[in-house]
Amino acid sequence: MQVVYSFGAVGAVMVAAAAGLVIGGSAWIAVVAYAGFAVFLAGFCYRVVQWAAAPVPFRVPTTCGQQTSLPWIKSAALENPSTTSGVLGRMGLEILLFRSLFRNSQAGLHEKRLILSEQKYLWLAALAFHWSMLVILVRHLRLFVEPVPALVVALARIDGFFQLGAPDFYVSDMVLACALAYLLLRRFRDPVVRYISQFSDYFALLALIGIAASGLSMRYVTRVDVVAVKQFALGLAAFHPVRPAALGAMFAVHLTLISVLAAYIPFSKLMHMGGVFLSPTRNLANNNRAKRHVNPWNYPVKTHSYAEWEDDFRAKLKAADIPLEADHATRASAD
Amino acid sequence: MPQELLRIEAKKPGGNWTDPAVQFRKGVFCYSAAAKNVRALDLPNPRDWQPFDADWKLPPDWKRILLEGMKERLEKYRSFRLFMDICVRCGACADKCHFYVGSGDPKNMPVVRAELMRSVYRRYFTLTGRIFGRLAGGRELTEDIVKEWFYYFYQCTECRRCSVFCPYGIDTAEITMIGRELLNLIGCNTNWVLEPAANCFRTGNHLGIQPHGFKDSLEFAADELEEITGIRVDVPINRKGAEILFVMPSADYFAEPHYYTLLGYMMLFHEIGLDFTFSAFASEGGNFGLFSSHELMKRLNAKVYEEAKRLGVKWILGGECGHMWRVLHQYMDTMNGPADFLEEPVSPITGTKFENARSTRMVHICEFTADLIHSGKLRLDASRNDRWRVTYHDSCNPARSMGLLEEPRYIIRNACHRFFEMPENTIREQTFCCGSGAGLGTDENLEMRLRGGFPRANAVKYVQEKHGVNLLACICAIDKATLPTLLEYWAPGVEVGGVHELLGNALVMRGEKPRTTDLRGEPLSAEVTHA
Ligand code: SF4
Ligand code: SF4
Repeated sequence: MQVVYSFGAVGAVMVAAAAGLVIGGSAWIAVVAYAGFAVFLAGFCYRVVQWAAAPVPFRVPTTCGQQTSLPWIKSAALENPSTTSGVLGRMGLEILLFRSLFRNSQAGLHEKRLILSEQKYLWLAALAFHWSMLVILVRHLRLFVEPVPALVVALARIDGFFQLGAPDFYVSDMVLACALAYLLLRRFRDPVVRYISQFSDYFALLALIGIAASGLSMRYVTRVDVVAVKQFALGLAAFHPVRPAALGAMFAVHLTLISVLAAYIPFSKLMHMGGVFLSPTRNLANNNRAKRHVNPWNYPVKTHSYAEWEDDFRAKLKAADIPLEADHATRASAD
Repeated sequence: MPQELLRIEAKKPGGNWTDPAVQFRKGVFCYSAAAKNVRALDLPNPRDWQPFDADWKLPPDWKRILLEGMKERLEKYRSFRLFMDICVRCGACADKCHFYVGSGDPKNMPVVRAELMRSVYRRYFTLTGRIFGRLAGGRELTEDIVKEWFYYFYQCTECRRCSVFCPYGIDTAEITMIGRELLNLIGCNTNWVLEPAANCFRTGNHLGIQPHGFKDSLEFAADELEEITGIRVDVPINRKGAEILFVMPSADYFAEPHYYTLLGYMMLFHEIGLDFTFSAFASEGGNFGLFSSHELMKRLNAKVYEEAKRLGVKWILGGECGHMWRVLHQYMDTMNGPADFLEEPVSPITGTKFENARSTRMVHICEFTADLIHSGKLRLDASRNDRWRVTYHDSCNPARSMGLLEEPRYIIRNACHRFFEMPENTIREQTFCCGSGAGLGTDENLEMRLRGGFPRANAVKYVQEKHGVNLLACICAIDKATLPTLLEYWAPGVEVGGVHELLGNALVMRGEKPRTTDLRGEPLSAEVTHA
């Protein structure tokens, strides 16, 4: 059901894009793009501020290696960091290489035995997807900036290294398409993942697939007029939207889906892109006993004090000949 | 228990997790907290009820209490808010939970356990959830959901294994802890957690042992040691001016096989001439408050620093216990510190500074002993442990909330000859829980414990078959209490013992008589005695 709704939602966005184009022309696309971007920016900041505003009362890193204790025991500086540089290293590995996902294994039962086998596909697909998307985003910069930064040109050249077809075929396009296909298939086919998947999960994937498909088709099939696109994009970026020559329905779909997805980010799990930096089980050093962590809302609580305890058990303490505070007091005054 | 082994099956998850109906079947849940225990701790809504009752006698405004409680905690804990927001449902954590593996119940996947709470969060605290409800993954908070929460939040041992595998470090234990805290606000708690907590509040320890009982127990241990070693060790209690306060879990002096670990500590302290004291007030290092709420944790933990201050010791040494060290390492200093009345811990025997404990000023016994061995201060005869073929179980908390991995191994390697590791992905940070932690270790919950403990036991069975392992060493009081049952069921023939029991066996004491038995009273083999 969730899948059907997600397909419906993505389809509706596409239809709206085309209809908007017919009725409002490229002005419509500009409005959608601005609106999407504005919601994204405001929403993203709001969410991050909301997280940042919540205190971290306790230092609760999940430790994944040997602690720093005695000097002759080698500690795991990255898996269980006790210093800030170690934490930076750990976060770097998480964010750039998805370290924790790399640990993944799969539990299977064979004749009453539990077998834990290697399972790296999810890690590979996730890494492939995120990195290729980053490359593609950076490549897109050439549409928004003039002159095109050297870095972007160089990246595009490496990406188009194989120089197959005309225009050059980009490796990142291929990788992205495969990774998205794998991630979607996995949601459909793996019974566990299907069980936990929700509307939001399918919607994000389908929207990305729609964006990728429309983008690929503009580049390799319908061959959009890149000069016109760039003129339009530069105008958008300069807050001076120009009315370009006809850009076609595919372009409208592409940009509308992007705008809708961008606007959706702050309301969804896609916020993980910001949240991953703030996770207290990863971004804190395990130096708990070396450096006191302060809880800003620490408050006094009702305890059972020693004095009350001694009162409760005085006779028994005396009988058992366990030293009493009262005795100390008398002895002190007798001295 | 049925004679036949429980059927552990890999089932395809079926149904829809958003349906909250749960069945409280005998053997898979814990009974409610008795009203007297709830009252003893001044917690809300004491009453007679049981989870299988239709009417849970919730307070009339339970829904408001829960939602306000959630709101408050969303504002107080970044972890909670973040973990409610960023799960992408990648499923990496799903089969990492021993309860999912052992029960096949898909709601025991960490991601779903968290979704039980998350869906309510979305419905009441996010814009999309408020507008789109179910389509945005929201669920209306109903009494059935309260029951579902109770069932699944008391079917999580807060072991943090899922958190190791999550790409964002989402810690389902953190969500469970908050979930239990919320349930406590409306009086839905279990007796196995609150009775020890109430005992601890009054007498100082979970077992409710009063000061004279505490003393008897330690004196008895000293008598026993005299028989085994011919040496009379001191039993200082509440002694002012001692250099070190020693705090241990109460099971060490009242339960088996914990007791042999206590014997090990006492022998060690005597042999090195440690200037220390036990305390009948701080007679519990463990903390069942951790399994109930942050506030109760703080209330029970307060006595450790209070007693150290009163006795005027320089620093504190802590015994073998898993969840106790979660609290001591990650919470105590923040909650009840700063410990500025203590000194930075230095081993009086070796002069080693425990830099890693310079603020909290509490050292783990394994750190302390490993340093002694490394500095050559102990004479150990490992052959006295030759009847054991040992494996080591990393308890969840020391492994995933501290990283105390090598110290105990170092002690074991020095105290016995034959040590075998279980498979890589079942030890260290990937260790499998005993299945009975976080207050689930009660007999009425036995079936679920055996199911949850299955992955651990399975790895033990593997080394039993491969290397003839017959002793599982560990440094956790809950492990020692519950793993014997588990292993008797899944891997009969493997016993459970503490690391300092092995140390005690191997420790050659000055002036000891020739040992004929180990600490369990089992005869040492002839060659060893004569060697
Ligand atoms: S591994 Fe983390 S992100 Fe993935 S489903 Fe589990 S909790 Fe969610
Ligand atoms: S903390 Fe442990 S018991 Fe709880 S969900 Fe995670 S893996 Fe399961």
